[in-house]
Amino acid sequence: MENDQERLLNEVTSGDYKYGFHTDIETDTIARGLNEDVIALISAKKGEPEWMLEYRLKAFRIWLKMKMPAWAHLKIPEINYQDIIYYAAPRQSAKLSSLDEVDPELIDTFNKLGIPLEEQKRLSGVAVDAVMDSISVKTTFKDALADQGIIFCSFSEAVREHPDLIKKYMGSVVPSGDNFFAALNSAVFSDGSFCYIPAGVRCPMELSTYFRINAANTGQFERTLIVAEEDSYVSYLEGCTAPKRDENQLHAAIVEIVAEKGSEVKYSTVQNWYPGDKNGKGGIYNFVTKRGICKGDNSRISWTQVETGSAVTWKYPSCILKGNNSSGEFYSVAVTNNHQQADTGTKMIHIGKNTKSTIVSKGISAGFSQNSYRGLVKVLKGAENARNFSQCDSLLLGDKCGAHTFPYLEVDNRSAIVEHEATTSRIGEDQIFYCNQRGISTEDAIGLIVNGYAREVLNKLPMEFAVEAQKLLQITLEGSVG
Amino acid sequence: MESKVNRSAEINERFVDLFQTSRGRIERNSSKLINSFRSSAMDRFRELGVPGKKNEAYRYTNLEPWFGSNYKSFFVPEPEDFGAAEDFRCEVETLDTHTLILLNGYFPTSNGGIIELPDGVKVGSLARASEIFPEIVESHYGKYAVDGTDGLIPLNTALASDGIYVYVPAGITCSKPIQIINLVEATEDIMVHHRNLIVVEEQASVDLIVCDHALSPRKFLTNAVTEVYVGPSARFDILRVQNEHNSAGKITHTFIHQERDSIAGSNNITLHGGLVRNSTYHRLNGEGAEANAYGLYLADKWQHVDNFVNIDHAVPNCTSKQLFKGVLDDFATGAFNGRIYVSQDAQNTRAYQSNNSILLTDDAHMDTKPQLEIYADDVKCSHGATVGQLDEEALFYLRSRGISAVEARLMLMFGFAHEVIASIKTAALRDRIDNLVLQRLRGELSRCATCMINCDNK
Repeated sequence: MENDQERLLNEVTSGDYKYGFHTDIETDTIARGLNEDVIALISAKKGEPEWMLEYRLKAFRIWLKMKMPAWAHLKIPEINYQDIIYYAAPRQSAKLSSLDEVDPELIDTFNKLGIPLEEQKRLSGVAVDAVMDSISVKTTFKDALADQGIIFCSFSEAVREHPDLIKKYMGSVVPSGDNFFAALNSAVFSDGSFCYIPAGVRCPMELSTYFRINAANTGQFERTLIVAEEDSYVSYLEGCTAPKRDENQLHAAIVEIVAEKGSEVKYSTVQNWYPGDKNGKGGIYNFVTKRGICKGDNSRISWTQVETGSAVTWKYPSCILKGNNSSGEFYSVAVTNNHQQADTGTKMIHIGKNTKSTIVSKGISAGFSQNSYRGLVKVLKGAENARNFSQCDSLLLGDKCGAHTFPYLEVDNRSAIVEHEATTSRIGEDQIFYCNQRGISTEDAIGLIVNGYAREVLNKLPMEFAVEAQKLLQITLEGSVG
Repeated sequence: MESKVNRSAEINERFVDLFQTSRGRIERNSSKLINSFRSSAMDRFRELGVPGKKNEAYRYTNLEPWFGSNYKSFFVPEPEDFGAAEDFRCEVETLDTHTLILLNGYFPTSNGGIIELPDGVKVGSLARASEIFPEIVESHYGKYAVDGTDGLIPLNTALASDGIYVYVPAGITCSKPIQIINLVEATEDIMVHHRNLIVVEEQASVDLIVCDHALSPRKFLTNAVTEVYVGPSARFDILRVQNEHNSAGKITHTFIHQERDSIAGSNNITLHGGLVRNSTYHRLNGEGAEANAYGLYLADKWQHVDNFVNIDHAVPNCTSKQLFKGVLDDFATGAFNGRIYVSQDAQNTRAYQSNNSILLTDDAHMDTKPQLEIYADDVKCSHGATVGQLDEEALFYLRSRGISAVEARLMLMFGFAHEVIASIKTAALRDRIDNLVLQRLRGELSRCATCMINCDNK
């Protein structure tokens, strides 16, 4: 049994990163380093208006005065921010009108990744805005969406074509000086997605963007902004896979969601950046600021995430529950293996009356990894009848890994009911024995148990993602029996 | 921002000055062994300072108004002060205890400093004990009170000159609980640093009751450190009852070091106090050890109660349990910061933690931070925290049976608090505390008018 487990563990952990390939596409990069000239250059390359450059420079000046946060339960080697290329775009001269005009090698990359761009267009009804190294290559289904007045385009396009909306909403949820990584992103963000759902519109399809880091030594700094007007609905999917690379790559993204009165936004993520090899070498550093505001009454924001990748994950998708009767949800599965480190969780800020928040976090640690949940539930004085329920469970697979829980509950209103519960345990030997007895191998049993353990969260994912997420869980964990 | 930094630097500087100017007086009242720790402790304090809000462990407690205040004199007792302390007697009805009094952090030395109880149990002044039993004190003093970030511990080591010493020899079960009454009384605002050492040898057993009282209506600040050694298969329980007034600041640090198969319990019952901060550390250093940390806090007016607990599972096969409950009224604020730390090889650990608070008014505030830090896989750990209000349905149930609203609320609060009290093993003591809490909830208990053992100051 012990040997079996060893062997399985080795098999899985020595297996190469499934999505670790590198596509040779000519990329347009600029020199390493960060200063006001570089920012001006990025802004110029993207043909941005003056006000956008001003916004970037302001953020940069704030960033210069900030220090990298050290409070997370993470050990991060010092990052030299002057040794990073802040802009890389696949070289593309003319705008493309059909898939045929897309670089065939690029299409090939997507196919290897299992993103059937053309198929999806025809069959699945998922609009894919494929972001490859910071520039949107192709947006599909745009016309179908435009009919309903929905704007779904790359961020740079939105800056050019919808400046009023960008000016109004950009930085309204995550101000440029919010934190070190948000300031960095605000200064150098490369591209991202913009999504606007007009009042009363229910977005007819799941919107999805696949992010991919491709060129070597480039940080990717996306920015996503989702605005849902009154009584609208949208479900947004974000998935990440990144090719294998030896040096650590920096990833600092911002996602902002504005939910007006009666609207609902569902944001789902499957994150599978390259986690580094089994000795902890390489891997992506993932520092993400995600925040949504339930601005109007009866609005609702739901975050669902499956985190399996990245060497370091620093990510706290949050909800500001400002409108009365608004609700926020956070469902998370975070899996760490080998030398991965994750410090993830959420913040629920209750401001409006009758606001409700639900937190379900499932952490799974294996190998030498460290997996932490860090969350804040804050009930402000005026938040009458606020209700929160948090559940944070950790599963340990191996005796060299760690699972930690750091919840913060700050309650300033007596009518609030705030509950937090957490458990930490390992897979019971009796459970594995039970499966073995019925002819299920230990490896399959672990997969079964882990999937069952994470089911509560996986169920929240849209169909398209649920399948991929389950596969990811299996890839990351199978065989890592403690 | 800058002024804040300057302010805390100024406060720290004042303590450094205080140490330098009063060192002679402090050392005269203490022993050579204890004095030998002072210089390095002061160096450590210089590095750490009084914990500010940036210190994660003090995130919800602002010490500045307490440490920034001017305490007119650094108190060193005169012989006549002990006369007053000796007049202070406790009437014990159903509970029989050995009673010791600590006045402003000093043990009255007029009776020789050490009292011999039956079976070789010794209680008395720590300063005196370190002269008479240097080998015992030397092997324990300063060994357990270790916290990397808390500047108040080295500050205590540098400034404390005396405290209580309790020694229970191997195999002895101390039949009567030992009761320590901490009194602060002065005509001026004073600050007290005292240091206690409790040694419970192998297979010994003892109950300790600590009562904190402030007698005169001055501003007081206490910064106490208690080190406890619980030997193999020994049993130790500490019950702390805090009943001070709103101008009294009480900061206690209790370090309980547990060897194999030992059982140790700590219970902090906070009834009154302007600022109360109890830091309780259990270190499970031997296999099979069991730690139980309990706390109950009832706060109103502008009081602030902060309970910090750290259970360190250093070895396999240990069990721990934490239960902290509180009711916050008026403008009171509460904080709970509990941590379960399971080291890498501490397999087969069972650790549970729970914190429940009730807010009675819109101005009451509760911050809670239960934490799990786990590095071993074969563990069963859980924690839970709730903040809420009295159950409307339960209230309705009681009202529908003809119980008045006031009485119904009282019953529910008492029932809520009783779970902590129920952990007290001695029946007589449990009844006393029940009674005290009931009185406290009714608002009948003022200051230390009614101590648990009916003390009355003659």
